[in-house]
Amino acid sequence: MNLAVHIGHLKLKNPVMTASGTFGYGEEYSEFVDLNMLGAVIVKGISLKPMDGNPSPRICETPCGMLNAIGLQNVGLKTFLKEKLPYLRKFDTRVIVNILSDTLQKYVRLSEALDDAGVDGIELNVSCPNVKKGGIIFGTDKKTLARLISNVRQSVKKAVLITKLSPNVSNIQEFSKIAEGAGSDAVSLINTMPGMAIDTDTWKPKLANITGGLSGPAIKPIAVRMVWETYNAVKIPIIGMGGIMNAEDAIEFMLAGATAVAVGTANFVNPKVTIEVIEGIEAYLRKRGINNLKELIGGLKCRTIQ
Amino acid sequence: MNRYFRAKIIDNLPLNTKTSLLTIAPLEPAINPEPGQFYMIEVGNSYDPLLKRPFSYFRKISEGIQFLYTVKGKGTALMKDFKQESVINVLGPLGIGYPGPPKGYIPLLIAGGIGIASIFSLAEVLAKKAYVLYGAKSKNELLMLNELKSLGNELIISTDDGSIEAKGTVTDVLNVFLTSHFSLLTSCLLYACGPKPMLKAVSKIAIDNDIRGYISLEENMACGVGACLGCAVRVRSQKSEARSQRLKDFNSSLIYKRVCKEGPIFPIEDIVW
Repeated sequence: MNLAVHIGHLKLKNPVMTASGTFGYGEEYSEFVDLNMLGAVIVKGISLKPMDGNPSPRICETPCGMLNAIGLQNVGLKTFLKEKLPYLRKFDTRVIVNILSDTLQKYVRLSEALDDAGVDGIELNVSCPNVKKGGIIFGTDKKTLARLISNVRQSVKKAVLITKLSPNVSNIQEFSKIAEGAGSDAVSLINTMPGMAIDTDTWKPKLANITGGLSGPAIKPIAVRMVWETYNAVKIPIIGMGGIMNAEDAIEFMLAGATAVAVGTANFVNPKVTIEVIEGIEAYLRKRGINNLKELIGGLKCRTIQ
Repeated sequence: MNRYFRAKIIDNLPLNTKTSLLTIAPLEPAINPEPGQFYMIEVGNSYDPLLKRPFSYFRKISEGIQFLYTVKGKGTALMKDFKQESVINVLGPLGIGYPGPPKGYIPLLIAGGIGIASIFSLAEVLAKKAYVLYGAKSKNELLMLNELKSLGNELIISTDDGSIEAKGTVTDVLNVFLTSHFSLLTSCLLYACGPKPMLKAVSKIAIDNDIRGYISLEENMACGVGACLGCAVRVRSQKSEARSQRLKDFNSSLIYKRVCKEGPIFPIEDIVW
């Protein structure tokens, strides 16, 4: 059975990836998951210099989801290239690196360095809700986003360039068109939704950062809707994510128009979930007599909108 | 051997109105836990609550692994309804355990409330060799006393309300103990687990008396395996660690460490309260 999909010129053996920030640098899950089985690993967001992250508590559970305000804690480019990337390279999977910064110049330097290092994909994080310097300004302002992507585009020669879009915009179609127009090979969505929770005993916020990003099954319908809207707006592939817990959820995203999917928070719940999603997609196709996974992409049966 | 396994509920025995003793039997080959390590336990198969819950390992018996848990929220309330024979997913053992005392050091174990779960696992390994100070709010909140007594350690019990044994908090008892066992000051190594205010007080006593030791920390946790960075706590670092992480933060001697991976056991002198 053919589970292969393409994100730009990058061929993935199957459409299942790990969402950035939920799978560490791959190593953390390698005792539970044969990384060779995955379509791609999208690693924790990397910045030019290491980042400390936010004070604790950084996470709290909410109904059918969780809030996080990790604050982009990461080892920085140098350590990533020296220690984390060589480890991931031992596996037959695609390595996509999520990058974040606060200036256009730094985004360009990061993507140049990673492209030179031969990573398979670069995911521009312009949508972290928890850190002012984490790129959100780029993701919510159309002109800045266009300028950022076209500049990074020029420095990325080999890797596919993916723009991770913020759900915190009034019209996702406009932003996805900007990404496409500025030269992004694909878009990934959605990042977490900004959220907040309060402890009614102490009257304090449950997160030290006060607000955080909501993830998990709670945001899935929002994500599916945004993937569908994006699918109707652009021709570049979409990597769909947001609350995928099992194969059925992944298929839902593909029917809405996603070419590939990323599993995020579910990794925390079940460290082997990515493999179960891949096997589940395969079983679904077999059961329905579908030979090519691509038939699912945008397969939604409905009257056209607008 | 796999740290993610299915386990059967063997027993779920209430010890008092709030706390129960859970016994699970792994249905697959499982790794033996070290004192101070913990497990993430699945509390239900719906999405609410979504995440597994971390619990210190209490004891290993021939039938399986035991945990003590107190009903506090949604997750533990569901655990209270765990039925015998039902099967749950479990992740563990996780984190690093208590480092054993170097030769010549006398282990001094301090448990407050449910903190006895983690301390018991160490007290068992150090049977007959340790001092164990164990305090709870009242008589009926003291857990597994007979089992604790059978370990043959020097056991000092206290209750906040004085309903049994010494009246006062376990930190009061620690102060009295150190005064009366003055000779131990230079040779004891402290191990503590319990509520945060207690741990903070114990740390202060330790630092004031120049006693070294370890504390088991708790933090909100999602993955348990070091990936989500949700449980990170700020700790003092050795200079080499700060350098290897290339941190040029405003306070470069402080770094974040993950309770699930580099913890949950941390040296007392490293903790920032």
